[in-house]
Amino acid sequence: MTTTNGEFITFDGVHKSFGKNVVLDDLSFSVGEGERVTLIGPSGSGKTTILRMLMTLTRPDRGTIGVDGDYLYHEKRGDQLVPASDGHIRKVRSRITMVFQHFNLFPNMKVLRNVTEAPIHVLGKPKDEAEARGKELLELVGLGDKLDAHPSQLSGGQQQRVAIARALAVDPDVLLLDEVTSALDPELAAEVLDVLRDIAKTTDVTMLLVTHAMKFARDVSHRVLMFNEGRIIEDASPEQLFNEPEHERTKSFLRSVIDET
Amino acid sequence: MNFEWSGVWDAMPTMLDGLLVALAATGIGYVIALVLGLVFAFLRRSDNRWVSMPVGFLVEFIRSTPLLVQLFFFFYVLPLIGISASPLATGAFALGLHYATYTSEVYRSGIDGVPPGQWEAATALNLSTRRTWTNVILPQAIPRVVPALGNYVIAMFKDTPQLLAITVVEMLGGAIAIGSETFRYSEPIAAAGLVYLVVALLMAWVARVVERRYGQVRV
Repeated sequence: MTTTNGEFITFDGVHKSFGKNVVLDDLSFSVGEGERVTLIGPSGSGKTTILRMLMTLTRPDRGTIGVDGDYLYHEKRGDQLVPASDGHIRKVRSRITMVFQHFNLFPNMKVLRNVTEAPIHVLGKPKDEAEARGKELLELVGLGDKLDAHPSQLSGGQQQRVAIARALAVDPDVLLLDEVTSALDPELAAEVLDVLRDIAKTTDVTMLLVTHAMKFARDVSHRVLMFNEGRIIEDASPEQLFNEPEHERTKSFLRSVIDET
Repeated sequence: MNFEWSGVWDAMPTMLDGLLVALAATGIGYVIALVLGLVFAFLRRSDNRWVSMPVGFLVEFIRSTPLLVQLFFFFYVLPLIGISASPLATGAFALGLHYATYTSEVYRSGIDGVPPGQWEAATALNLSTRRTWTNVILPQAIPRVVPALGNYVIAMFKDTPQLLAITVVEMLGGAIAIGSETFRYSEPIAAAGLVYLVVALLMAWVARVVERRYGQVRV
């Protein structure tokens, strides 16, 4: 494909509420193939819910989510959209992976095994091939000397870098990063962000990021979406959004975030 | 009252025969409890209410009725439905089934203790449900519950005298048999108590060793 697909990921009329609390209100937007999009906004504005829906960790109440022409929660049967089978969800989901705020490494596995588990058991790669690739990825995140360590022996920043290697090991088309540095000290956060900058530069994986690291967001994103109360109130390039935000709410949000750091 | 220590020692050979029976019942019963408990724990977590509710009811029912009643029930009912098993096998099964309802609760607490983030990471890596259980959840859940599972071996061992009700002669049965021959009950029953004590203490010691070896979770 020579032209970029502008509608690689699509949200169409997606609605989600938890009890009376409306988290996402009839949300529609799309993300192009290879595009890196940062979602910003006050906490509770629905950013993380979007990533969790794409990862099938939270189900939307209404609306459709598309990934490269397939619906994540629906299947086409003739002209009709019907709720997707587990197999269908699994198939579409296989193109997506996520890195979490609290790393979520498997504590019962050594570092290398964390990274090779899915390639071996999900992608069906031979063990030696998966291990060679795993070592390469751990090298890439600067942890080539920690293959046999247990996650508990690593710092938070190191654990998060393992989690990034583990995510890349499944060759995802879409990488979701959910506040991946929020649980880390600034110094450890910096080493994680450096790794992610490298990955952004050297791969064309589509990324959706939720972050409060605004400088990082500005560096790596093609586009920034400002959320407020379950809606996108501003959708612009990082230059535009950070330098000349249009919306009052965006201005006040950016002021508060920048004051914090 | 006169108490002859020699009567205690004289009872020992019979006690050791009985001990083998008690250990067999405990061993077979424990394996059943460990496996069936895990099966119950799985089925109770099923999304299908037609599975989880009946299994939940069954578990609560078995747990809330006395082991002795269940022993009699299986002893008299199994032959009626065409299953002929020795009293020992019937007893070991009933013991295992009874304790499976306890171990299933233990497993449940262990599984619930695995942080939600572990399930989410497994989903993010698209691991199959089976892999998620075998490679992620159970290896973290089971070490947490090793101490509690260890305690149930001892409890089961101490419940084996109830098998006497269905004609399984273990230590207490052996002691009573000696008593009915010699008209002296206190010595053989003291012998039985002594062996229960020593073996239970040994089991507790082994359980602690196993716990130290396998009961650690690296987090």
